[in-house]
Order: sequence, then structure tokens, then C-alpha cells
Amino acid sequence: MKTIHTLSDLDVALAARLLALADDELILAHRASEWTGHAPILEEDIGLANIAQDELGHAGLWYDLYAALAGSDPDRLVFFRDAGGWRNVQLVELPKGDWAFTMLRQYLFDSYEAALLERLAEGRHEGIAGAAGKIRKEELYHARHSSAWVKRLALGTEESRRRSQDALDLLWPYTRQLFIPHEGDERLAAAGYAPRLADVHDIWTAAVRSHLESSGLRVPDSPGVAVRRDQHTPHLTELLTEMQRVARLDPEAIW
Amino acid sequence: MVTDKAVWAALGEIMDPEIPVVSVVDLGIVRDVDVRTDGVTVSMTPTFAGCPALDVMREEIERRLHRLGAAQVEVKMVLSPPWTSDWITDAARVKLAAFGLSPPTRHGGDTAIILSEAGRCPRCGGTHVTLKNPFGSTRCRMMFYCEDCREPFEQFKPL
Repeated sequence: MKTIHTLSDLDVALAARLLALADDELILAHRASEWTGHAPILEEDIGLANIAQDELGHAGLWYDLYAALAGSDPDRLVFFRDAGGWRNVQLVELPKGDWAFTMLRQYLFDSYEAALLERLAEGRHEGIAGAAGKIRKEELYHARHSSAWVKRLALGTEESRRRSQDALDLLWPYTRQLFIPHEGDERLAAAGYAPRLADVHDIWTAAVRSHLESSGLRVPDSPGVAVRRDQHTPHLTELLTEMQRVARLDPEAIW
Repeated sequence: MVTDKAVWAALGEIMDPEIPVVSVVDLGIVRDVDVRTDGVTVSMTPTFAGCPALDVMREEIERRLHRLGAAQVEVKMVLSPPWTSDWITDAARVKLAAFGLSPPTRHGGDTAIILSEAGRCPRCGGTHVTLKNPFGSTRCRMMFYCEDCREPFEQFKPL
């Protein structure tokens, strides 16, 4: 098995990026799955369960690429890693909140993915471009769904508008972390493997600003908090405690 | 010695566990078959990345080809080019409709057509339909209501 120490600088940067991509998807999938059996209506229960399953599948593609590079078993990574080892953004680990919060978060993340995946799919790394091209097609359905919900709630009743604005005010500062470059990102960009996050940020900002404002929402002025991907809120520990509980009861069990 | 023809025939009998009227070949999941003296390599591509039926189909391919006499069987996952529902064969589309699952609209990669919410009722053939849910009971299904015969139906999702 290869260890991370024998990898080139470019491979180390690649592994870091792949783990971040995988962890974002996995944690968001878990948060979406928490609505199963609890969504406001049956149709949405089914919809969000599907989205959760998709994100889980997408996480799997990224973990497989990461595993091929770093030699780690995806199941071990997911079920036996403590919070400090996770590289997801805080945006996806926040508790699911109300329906407006869940749909707004999903929308903000879907829009980020749409901008990022399009560029990854055009990149020069065969594995990443292949996975991004695959994921991008499925994400079309997510983006349509979450953007429609954002509009519907923001233009709905006074209460749904208020809840949407509250959710946006809370979530907006957390979006900044999506665009903070990792160490080694310049190498990835130079190799043509991944776009510069500043470029993705410009595309994302234009798209979400236009949609949010046309839905009557006020985009907060807050520049957001610049935290690294190894810094987490206590919510991640709570999530992992629940998600990993069964696997850790008997680490040697075969499923 | 296992022949190319025998491998394709065997694969043609491996059904999607969630849609047991269409095979992995019908769905366009099998992208390539390489028969050598020491074994067989099957390249397959996932329909939806999170589809739990994938592992079942993959294991079934290995089992069938071993039974056919192949010494080594490798099922290789390929992601590029990504699977599209346009690869579902015409014969399979007829079988899907007979099964009660409306076949996906052919789109040629056009996002506007993929998201157009067009559908055809597999019972009465009606096209006055309303999309009720872009998601469904499996990853590859969406739910419609037919205004003509006033029955709900499922459609294979265009991808």
C-alpha cells in the first residue's frame, strides 16, 4: 500500500482536493438523509431521500479516486475518522434546521457544485474529469429542485419569506469557506486538473445573487469567515457520533 | 474456450434487479467485452452513481461468466463517457412500457429536453401528463399523473 509520504507534491495536493470533495458530499448526504420520514410532504420525503442517495454515490466516486491515490479504504475513512480528520466545509455540517434552511443550503451547495463540476469535467486529469462529468448530469435534477424551492418559499407566505431570509442570513457567511484555496491548489491549477476557486467563486456569486434577488431575498453584506477545512463546529462531532455508532460497535464485523 | 458471442448472450440474461424485464445489455450499461484465453473483462458504466442495484449486477456478471467457464472475470467500472438513457435500446423501451414504466424521452444531450417534464402514459399512451415528482421509488424513476386516464405512472428518468 502506498502511503501519503511517497506521493509527489502534485499527488498530495490532488489527494487533499479529492478528500474535500468526497467529505462535502458525504456530510451533506447525511444531513439530507435526516429528513427521511420527517419531510413536510411525502413527495419531498422521497425527493430528499433520492438526493441523499445521489450525494452518497458521488462521495463514493471521489473516495474511490482518493483511495486509488492514497491507499485508504473508503469505509474506514467514513466510519472510523474523528472530526479533526474530516475536510468538509462547515456549511454542510450545520444541523438540518427547518425546510427553508435545508433547501437554501442545498441550493447554495448545488450552485457551487454546478460551477465547479463543469470546470473539473474539462480538466486534464482523466479520473477527475470522468467523475465530474458523471456527477454533473445527475446534479441537474438537484439544482432544478432546490432552486425552485428557494423561489417558492421566498415568494410564498410572509412566514416562508421570513424563514428563507433568516436561513440565508445564517448560511451566507459559511459559503466563503467553499472558495478558500487549499494548500497545493496552485499546483492543481497549473497542471490543468482543477480550476482556481477564485474563478469558481465569481461564476457562483453571479448566479446565486441573481436567483436570490429575483426571489426577493436580500443577500447579506457579510464577507464570511475564513476558516480552514480542518476546523469544524461541534455539530460535526454530534453528526459523526450518530453516523459512526453502529460501525464502531464492532469494527471487525462483515456486512 | 469462452466465446465473445456466449459472453454477450449470458450478459443479455442478467436483469436489472429493480426493473426485471430489461438486461444490463438492454440498458446500455455494458460498454465493452474483452475475451482472452485467460479470462474476460467486462467494462460497465453506472446508470446513477448512487444506484444500489449496480453492485448486485456486477456480482451477477461475475457469477454468470464464471459459470460459463471463464477462468478470470474482471468487471471494470468506466465513467467516461457518462451513461445516458439514450443508450437504452428500442427493444428495451418496448419492454419498459409493457412493464408499466414509461421509457425516457430521447434527448441527445440537450438539457432543455432532459428537464422538459414531457412524458407519455404507459397505459393509455396519453401525453397530457403532469410531473408530480422528479424523484421516485428508485434513483432512475420519476412520477407523473396522466390527465387522460387519470392514473399515476412512473417514467424512467432521462439522464
